[in-house]
Amino acid sequence: MALLEVDRIHAFYGHIHAVKGVSLQVDQGEIVTLIGSNGAGKSTTLKTISGIIRPRQGRVLLAGEEISRLPPHTIVARGVGQAPEGRRIFPRMTVLENLEMGAFHRADRGDITADLERVFTLFPRLRERRTQAGGTLSGGEQQMLAIGRALMARPRILLLDEPSMGLAPVLVEQIFAIIQDINRQGTTILIVEQNALMALSVTQRGYVLQTGEVVLEGSAANLRQNELVRKAYLGESS
Amino acid sequence: MSEETARLERIGVSSGWRSKAPVGLLAAAMAVYPWVDARLGLQTLGAMLPICLFVVLALGLNIVVGYAGLLDLGYAAFFAIGAYTAAFLTSPISPLPFRTDFWSAMIIGFFVAMLFGVILGAPTLRLRGDYLAIVTLAFGEIVPRVFLNLERWTGGSRGMNPIGRPHLFGVQFGPSDRIAWYYLILIVGALSVWAISRLHDSRLGRAWMAVREDEVAAASMGIDLVKTRLLAFAMGASFSGFAGSMFASLFQFVDPSQFEFSISILVLCMVILGGMGNMYGVIVGGIILASFDRILADRLTNWIHGVGKAIDWPLLLSIDLTNARMFIFGLALVLLMLFRPEGMLPSRQRQVRRDREGGAVAARLPRPVPTEHEAATEG
Repeated sequence: MALLEVDRIHAFYGHIHAVKGVSLQVDQGEIVTLIGSNGAGKSTTLKTISGIIRPRQGRVLLAGEEISRLPPHTIVARGVGQAPEGRRIFPRMTVLENLEMGAFHRADRGDITADLERVFTLFPRLRERRTQAGGTLSGGEQQMLAIGRALMARPRILLLDEPSMGLAPVLVEQIFAIIQDINRQGTTILIVEQNALMALSVTQRGYVLQTGEVVLEGSAANLRQNELVRKAYLGESS
Repeated sequence: MSEETARLERIGVSSGWRSKAPVGLLAAAMAVYPWVDARLGLQTLGAMLPICLFVVLALGLNIVVGYAGLLDLGYAAFFAIGAYTAAFLTSPISPLPFRTDFWSAMIIGFFVAMLFGVILGAPTLRLRGDYLAIVTLAFGEIVPRVFLNLERWTGGSRGMNPIGRPHLFGVQFGPSDRIAWYYLILIVGALSVWAISRLHDSRLGRAWMAVREDEVAAASMGIDLVKTRLLAFAMGASFSGFAGSMFASLFQFVDPSQFEFSISILVLCMVILGGMGNMYGVIVGGIILASFDRILADRLTNWIHGVGKAIDWPLLLSIDLTNARMFIFGLALVLLMLFRPEGMLPSRQRQVRRDREGGAVAARLPRPVPTEHEAATEG
């Protein structure tokens, strides 16, 4: 049984039929990407999984249990952690307070020091800046904080929405390397990404979304070789 | 590691003040005030009673506006509901078939106001900023009007009088027992400060802050937005409710004109002037504005008239600061927004320090997160 199963969902963004019957699966321990150009429905799919948008049809299952009718905060509590699009860190809270907010819904509050240590080991920059206000961090540091904050919830699956957005190429590489480390440490990850090349180089499998439908799926290695992907997303002219 | 733990503990306890000394000083000054007033012959103790009640009101509104970031323009409505609840439960002219003592009325006033907070909040807190402000504005207008028009029960514009008095260990709380009233209100105020600071440092308090900072992020932390906001609204309303019941008993009279829009605005000004989100700032802001309203405007006018007579300048005699109160509050707010937008004593979250290496300059952080463009050039 897949850890996360998206079963033929249809979702609307306003009046736009943004997701037209998308199905995908993520197994325990996997790292999977959902790639596609702007407006392909990637973020809408992710928002449907996290409960911000209700699907008109179809279901989302977490470990076999339907979560698509639950409110967003309950979905987080069930173990779907997320670093939302645009990072969304709390600008006036310190780095440490932001990370503590990540553990908000957890009952075992005594135990968060171990998770803090884990996040600080993954992102030494955050340890240096832990007393600084989130809003004063650079873009890359804010992305690190958003990922670290999501990890503080000890999610069963981590959803990352465009982690490369607005970052310099060096930083993108650095952040994706850490994402890969997080996966190796046992966290299941689903990344939505426009930067297909980067995403396919760190993930195991991928889905290609086009105008709200999955047009291709397969192992990351195969997708990297695929003619359509190369032309459309990897910027190769034939 | 131990440093982190220590820091965690500190976050739980401290609410943004570097030391507790100023708080102790303020408490001591308040405690000896009746003695100072008597020694200096200031005759301000009578005015201090409503001033302190207004501070409790401001503390309650600070939960809604400062902590949860919800703009409530009809806060006086809950004050009215608390006052009328006390009147209905204790006044001999009340239409109810039973009466209670003052203390029960105060506690019931607390819960009735809370209930109305939930009734108003449940359908409206799904609305965003501006819409919520409009709905609360309307609510603030409707409530006094309802009390005005339910003449058969409330006496309409004639108001309700008398109202039950508190009894405590044989101490009298008559209209002239100002010292007894003063300490009663002070104790209630101190309990409110204690309760609100516990709320601020609680899980709920952190949820309020997160929702105020960024609601999308708060939701993805597993915070229930509607429930969190509703609790802020209900808690804010309840503090206003019991302040209202004390207000009614203190003046032995309630009528709808005591709860007009200008009261909501006055309390909001106290919160903004003092520093939204910082309880001690709000106390100071409340004391300054309310004492200007109740004491200084009057005294300054007399003083200016005295000077006018002495130097024979009729222009000075025509000045009446009590009529210009709202103008002066407005001016003070405009100046404050220009020079110190975070309030006199900003909350810690609002006075963000930049890099420690960059010196201790307090940087005013714009409210939104840096845009993608800015972030990209920084990153």
